[in-house]
Amino acid sequence: MTAGAALSAAGLGVTIRGRPALSGLGFDIRPGGVFGLVGESGSGKSMTALALMGLLPDGARATGRVEMGGRDILGLPESEMCALRGREIGMIFQEPMTALNPVQTIGAQVAETLVVHGAADRAGARAAAADRLARVGLPADRVPPTRYPHELSGGQRQRVCIAMAVALRPKLLIADEPTTALDVTTQAKILDLLGRLVAEDGMSLMLITHDLSVVAGMAERVAVMQEGRIVETAATEALFRRRAHPYTRRLFAAASHVPGRTAAAAGARPAPLLEVREAVRDYPLARRGLWGAPPVFRAVNRVSFTLDEGESLGLVGESGCGKSTLTRAILGLEPLQGGAIRLDGEEVRAGAAMPPSLRRRMQVVFQDPYGSFNPRHRVARLVAEPFHLMGGPPPDARERVAAALAAVGLGPGDMDRFIHEFSGGQRQRIAIARALIIRPKLIVLDEAVSALDVSIRAQILDLLADLQGRFGLSYLFISHDLTVVRAITDRVLVMKAGEIVEEGGTGAVFAAPRHRYTQQLIAAAPAIPEHWMENGHGA
Amino acid sequence: MSGRASPALGLGAALFAVFALAAALSLAWTPHDVAALDIAGRLAGPSAAHWLGTDHFGRDIVSMLMVGARTSIAVAIVAVGMGLALGVPLGLWAAARHGGLIDEAIMRGNDLVFAFPALVIAILITAVFGPSAVNAILAIGIFNTPVFARVTRGAALSLWTLDYILAARVAGKGAVRISVEHILPNIANLLVVQGTIQFSLGILAEAGLSYVGLGAQPPVPSWGRMLAESQTMIAFAPQLALLPGLAIVLTVLGLNLMGDGLRDFLDPRLRRAR
Amino acid sequence: MLRFAISRLVSLGLSLVAASLVVFAVIELVPGDPAAFMLGLNAEPEAVAALREELGLTGNPVTRYLDWVSGMLTGDFGVSYTYRVPVSELVAARLWVSLPLAVYALALSTAIAFPVGLIAAARRGGPADIGIMGLTQLGIAVPNFWFAMLLVLVFAIKLRLFSAGGFPGWDQGFWINVKALTLPAVALALPQASILARVMRSSLLEVLGQDYIRTARAKGLTRRQAVFRHALRNALIPVLTIIGLQFSFLLAGAIIIENVFFLPGLGRLIFQGITQRDLIVVESVVMLLVFAVIVVTFLVDLAYAAADPRLRRRR
Repeated sequence: MTAGAALSAAGLGVTIRGRPALSGLGFDIRPGGVFGLVGESGSGKSMTALALMGLLPDGARATGRVEMGGRDILGLPESEMCALRGREIGMIFQEPMTALNPVQTIGAQVAETLVVHGAADRAGARAAAADRLARVGLPADRVPPTRYPHELSGGQRQRVCIAMAVALRPKLLIADEPTTALDVTTQAKILDLLGRLVAEDGMSLMLITHDLSVVAGMAERVAVMQEGRIVETAATEALFRRRAHPYTRRLFAAASHVPGRTAAAAGARPAPLLEVREAVRDYPLARRGLWGAPPVFRAVNRVSFTLDEGESLGLVGESGCGKSTLTRAILGLEPLQGGAIRLDGEEVRAGAAMPPSLRRRMQVVFQDPYGSFNPRHRVARLVAEPFHLMGGPPPDARERVAAALAAVGLGPGDMDRFIHEFSGGQRQRIAIARALIIRPKLIVLDEAVSALDVSIRAQILDLLADLQGRFGLSYLFISHDLTVVRAITDRVLVMKAGEIVEEGGTGAVFAAPRHRYTQQLIAAAPAIPEHWMENGHGA
Repeated sequence: MSGRASPALGLGAALFAVFALAAALSLAWTPHDVAALDIAGRLAGPSAAHWLGTDHFGRDIVSMLMVGARTSIAVAIVAVGMGLALGVPLGLWAAARHGGLIDEAIMRGNDLVFAFPALVIAILITAVFGPSAVNAILAIGIFNTPVFARVTRGAALSLWTLDYILAARVAGKGAVRISVEHILPNIANLLVVQGTIQFSLGILAEAGLSYVGLGAQPPVPSWGRMLAESQTMIAFAPQLALLPGLAIVLTVLGLNLMGDGLRDFLDPRLRRAR
Repeated sequence: MLRFAISRLVSLGLSLVAASLVVFAVIELVPGDPAAFMLGLNAEPEAVAALREELGLTGNPVTRYLDWVSGMLTGDFGVSYTYRVPVSELVAARLWVSLPLAVYALALSTAIAFPVGLIAAARRGGPADIGIMGLTQLGIAVPNFWFAMLLVLVFAIKLRLFSAGGFPGWDQGFWINVKALTLPAVALALPQASILARVMRSSLLEVLGQDYIRTARAKGLTRRQAVFRHALRNALIPVLTIIGLQFSFLLAGAIIIENVFFLPGLGRLIFQGITQRDLIVVESVVMLLVFAVIVVTFLVDLAYAAADPRLRRRR
């Protein structure tokens, strides 16, 4: 318990229906300081924040002591906690898309914070709300307070949440994964905003995240959480350099892991496996009036690139840039309105026009390990689905499924289980097995590791690198995460607003980006300073 | 299928089973012949011969209730079957062709049928073809079709966006195959629950139609008509109104409890391993 | 919003046209020769021809349909073959029994269901919730006309608080007629209120689990404030569609329940019309009922869009 701390926790624990979820947490947050709380999913970081706010779910009880302003806030009755929330402590959450009431204007929602705490009457609150919104980068002339949340982007909605949380200049702002759901460039802007508010108001910030690089750039002190306990706390640079606790070391190793890969065979240039030339994809929008053709939105605008055999090509872009649309066109799931895509020399067409003999040369691994599989089928049937392209399962289907599962590190006994019995990482392995089973030439990996924890991610990247060497696969790796792309690709394409703005060897593009957007993207991506990682890199 | 078997499921199933068994039994045997009138013994109280007494024509009430159960359940079950057989494929088709002309046409068709309450459809049919149990089935069945179509379409649409459907398309499967192999099994639970609800609504609808004379015609007994006939005598022979009404309430209650219990039981309790 | 309303209005018009086509086809085309149908098998050909002339059933289907529709638009619903009186006269008085009854029942059902559903959701899992769920479970299973008979037995026959049936007529005063409609409205309202209360409860529970409720609490709102200022309005939106659907069930129920209370409403008219094979009456009343349902659906759509700003913009 440090005197003069904005918030001090000692022996903080939470039990849910008698079972301990958090135990023995202790930390201090300096006034005006930024405190980072890092951990993987399930480590209890969000629960810690909810305990501080007194917003634990039913059946959960908090023990210990949390001191703020000279009194223990854990013991406060609910009515006093209500007075505290929004005025002394503010909080913002991970999902800005669902954090706002869809039927109220943003101005009304910001004004509510003021009115509820008696800081303004209805009329005055409205004017004050406009002022608060302007402060977070939403000035009234560009984003009027009469807008509804569904008219704003994710980044804008998060700004509204921040405006609501800091409207009364609280002493502490808790930010629980505030930028995880946002694009890289938007993330950078939101983190900048938070930093500015901390500096201007002398407010403390508790930044909860799984992303080590975010914490490296923002926090002055960091605590690492694992399974409901804090395993290490130190000033940021010191913690990053020292990494005293074994779990901390594992976390860092996974975050900076680069799988060992054999470089794509240099020398004789084989014919390109995948060739995209001037691809155009348009979407019709809702009709404006009764006459005339509906307006059209160009999602992919004359994109051209090639992918060679044995190569690992990255496609990087933020949400809405058109990479998902391009992916679906490449897979023959959606038609092009212009240009052509050729796989192995043959043209790719959408739907029934694409012959199975062509489809079988290309398979896909998706992002969401939980939505990628029919929950009613057993693993053997799920992995064997691509056999449909060979005219049905061959007589040795079961052996081949077992072999595919073995190749991805699972056992033959897993064939007869249901998908819900497996973890996220294991499901992605099964997805890779499914993609492998008919020995395609190209595997498209659509954000395949984005939904995984850092340590699992490292394992899957290793697996992918290993399989590429063993089976001579080519990868098209689509991601918004620059660190992942950097680790596993030979060449990279950068996409923005339906166009490829830069192309080149991965190392070259990252070291010396030429296009302005690529530079913005790389600059926005938070990174751990190199010299902090000097000892034990990639352990 | 794994989930909690709640007491509601057991209780509901037991309640409904009583009437379902009575209905099935009535095909082979009832304590007395329902067509046999016995004016001398009318409005008798419960006795060894007539367990619940007799009605105003001397007919045995227990036998009437049993055959009435058969009428109600038969009408409701065929009507639900009709709704499922027509509505589910329509809903699947609409979802597979989402945004297109077929989808639009099916939705508009649904809306059109919804503008006609089941009673009104029954009125239309019976005005032209005369009242009968078959026409009651048709009317309720026609009304059930857009219910199932809408429920199926809604559930199927939310499944079409999932990645495993994309995976199936990448594996070269077409819309029909995907609808049957992937979509249908995953909405089956929802359809079972909705089916029980429509079944219980069907029994209520049949009772209402029989009450106004648009259902099964004499001499076939039906609970609704028993209620209609009992109305004038309600002051001095309330049991004639209470017993068929209770039969309806208990059957429908049983079905609703089963539906609730099934919903809990079939809830995919997929544990997400971390 | 205006653009939305206009597109819905167009929809309404199309629905009415489609429905009228269906009704016309069933009533006038399916029996083959409506006049012969009405007079029965033993009718003399001259009588049939005369009736056909009298009711305007000559001519090809298209012109007959257009005549019928244009007639309806001007309030001319044809002449009843049984009563030899314009249908509009027959319907007018009876409409003012059935329609107020349906509206009365709707109001009662809503007034009961909202607070009940709210309490059940707010005290989820507690004794009040369990009690309410049990009662509504029973309420859904009760046929409304049987419940009506029970109400008559208890309140009219045994307790003599209400009359067992009948309808004085609006010219006799307002409240005396409301009293006459009360038992029927309660009978109609009970099962509907049970359904509505459950829907209200589940809608509110779903909304209470949403992220923006957590945001509201984090701003410092008490639980009660969060429920009333944020949850309720969002929860009411899906409930609106149910209320719209309920009206069509209530209208149908009102027609059935008139039988219990000897109310001179549309029910008596239409069932007699079926027995007497008076197709003109049946055709007109069916069209009226369908019209009422379609209009109410339209109003519900508008209310929905007014309540939920996400629906107003066509994306």
